[in-house]
Amino acid sequence: MTHPAAVAPTVLRPRWVVGGVVAVAVALVLGLTVGAVSLPVSGVVGELLSHLPFVGSKSSLSAPQAAIVTELRLPRVVLGLLVGALLASAGACYQGVFRNPLVDPYLLGAAAGAGLAVTVVIISVTAATGSAGLPLAAFAGALGAVGLSWFVGRAGGRRSAASLLLAGIAITSFLTAIQTYLQQRNSDTIRQVYSWILGRLTTADWGDVLLVLPYFLITAAVLLAHRRVLDVLAVGDEEAAALGVPVARTRLVLVATASMATAAAVSVSGLIAFVGIIIPHAVRLATGSSYRIIIPLSILYGAAFLALADLVARTALAPAEIPIGVVTAFVGAPFFILVLRTSPEGRA
Amino acid sequence: MAVLAAAGIVADLGGARILDGVDLTVASGGWVSIVGPNGAGKTTLVRVLAGALAPREGRVLVDGDDVRGLRTRERARRIALVPQTPVIPVGVSTLDYVLLGRTPHMPFFGSESSDDVGRAHGMLERLGVGALAGRSVESCSGGERQRVFLARALAQEAPILLLDEPTTALDIGHQQEVLDLVDGLRAEQGIAVVSTMHDLTLAGLYADELVLLGGGRIVERGPAEEVLTEETLRRHFGARVSVLPGAHGPVVVPHRAPGKAG
Repeated sequence: MTHPAAVAPTVLRPRWVVGGVVAVAVALVLGLTVGAVSLPVSGVVGELLSHLPFVGSKSSLSAPQAAIVTELRLPRVVLGLLVGALLASAGACYQGVFRNPLVDPYLLGAAAGAGLAVTVVIISVTAATGSAGLPLAAFAGALGAVGLSWFVGRAGGRRSAASLLLAGIAITSFLTAIQTYLQQRNSDTIRQVYSWILGRLTTADWGDVLLVLPYFLITAAVLLAHRRVLDVLAVGDEEAAALGVPVARTRLVLVATASMATAAAVSVSGLIAFVGIIIPHAVRLATGSSYRIIIPLSILYGAAFLALADLVARTALAPAEIPIGVVTAFVGAPFFILVLRTSPEGRA
Repeated sequence: MAVLAAAGIVADLGGARILDGVDLTVASGGWVSIVGPNGAGKTTLVRVLAGALAPREGRVLVDGDDVRGLRTRERARRIALVPQTPVIPVGVSTLDYVLLGRTPHMPFFGSESSDDVGRAHGMLERLGVGALAGRSVESCSGGERQRVFLARALAQEAPILLLDEPTTALDIGHQQEVLDLVDGLRAEQGIAVVSTMHDLTLAGLYADELVLLGGGRIVERGPAEEVLTEETLRRHFGARVSVLPGAHGPVVVPHRAPGKAG
């Protein structure tokens, strides 16, 4: 028998973080080297280092090769990393707030809201004006739908995890119904709507990266700060309150933050499924159930996973691109079934 | 001096009146046990005392401050609660679970210090479950769990301890163990204890004052000898019992229905 004093509380182990950083680095380098034009790893790494201050290394790539790295591939890989981190951390946060490991970032209607808003914009805007308004529409639609769920999600004068969850399901069905109706009435735009719904990083440029970067920084900071609070929330509203956590206010902050992260991801990438569930789940299976670990590792592994999924999306059937949502679902669904079948009862 | 004082508590749940004018006070180092039939409002009263439920009328004072006026964190420093069936997070270790009790003493976004960890270990040792620190709470037996729940509440180091049915899931030996532990701590640290109990004999054995709730009102109160009478228990519980004088208080003995007994 071990002496009890030798038992330490659950903490984030350095090797898990190192593993996550390595995964992100691998995803980054692979994403930059693999493609229609294959580039040498050493050249890509040299090119990246040459852009860092105080390093002063010289890139061995030709000017066109360097342009492929910095103007075409880098923004797309970075956007993939950011979207993956946003979706995985938002999913982890929702799972904590709702004490349900099966909920995803689209739980409160973010996907349905964004889908409806994007459909409306695609239908009402002519081809000439293009799709410049789509990110804004998706962002507003996602947040609007979550706001609606929050607003109606009261039962018996209280806003409980269960009542919010049910409100999210109702709002999602309602908005999806409207979207389906609009789509049927305007069948000429179905293809464009579907291409958006299936998710894409195709058009990524530095503008998109700069668009979501602030949201990533803010939401990651807020969620990381709340990682122990999420562990306290795991004992339920009334007990968490008895332990000193102002539950209603904390839940509002966390839901708002995770929804902001989801809306930011959706606005630049469309609807990418499963990342928000499988990444936090995989982390949970590997390390345990503490959000002090799940939140930071979901950010790292979510980022790496989505960048790699995008690599598969653009290379597997090159020169054609598979929608990235198809790739994540194709990998995610079997993984999810595996999780269900191997988990102890009630855990998944 | 009364550290916890409830006056004129009226509480509704789902439109039904559950408590209808309840007064209750506990002094430092005192133990008040709330007894009463199912549905009498015992758990609701505990929730009102804990500040988890706002009473429709009346107020609960903690050292003179209205419990509903206290910030959540300050309330958690003054009142610790063990609910009837605590939620056990999946996979949580016993040590991590007890450390949750240190939450009101940490910065909101902080994590536990080595001092907090030491106190949590100390509390587990104290309750005789120190060896379980690394085990998951789910893997503990009913008796072990009850002590782990108690350890978390005691880790809050609050001067008031509320226990909702702390012994219902336990066998008679573990019931005594848990109640002895609470009794020792209240004597030693002057903790004020309010508990709800189903076992009337045990309730009378440990509490200084029994409060008998019936239909949302206090129908009897006082030392066990005065509350636990055959007539009272027949009237409020519809129970056929004999109350025998025991060495440490009255002993409640149930009877079978007349005509069925051999």
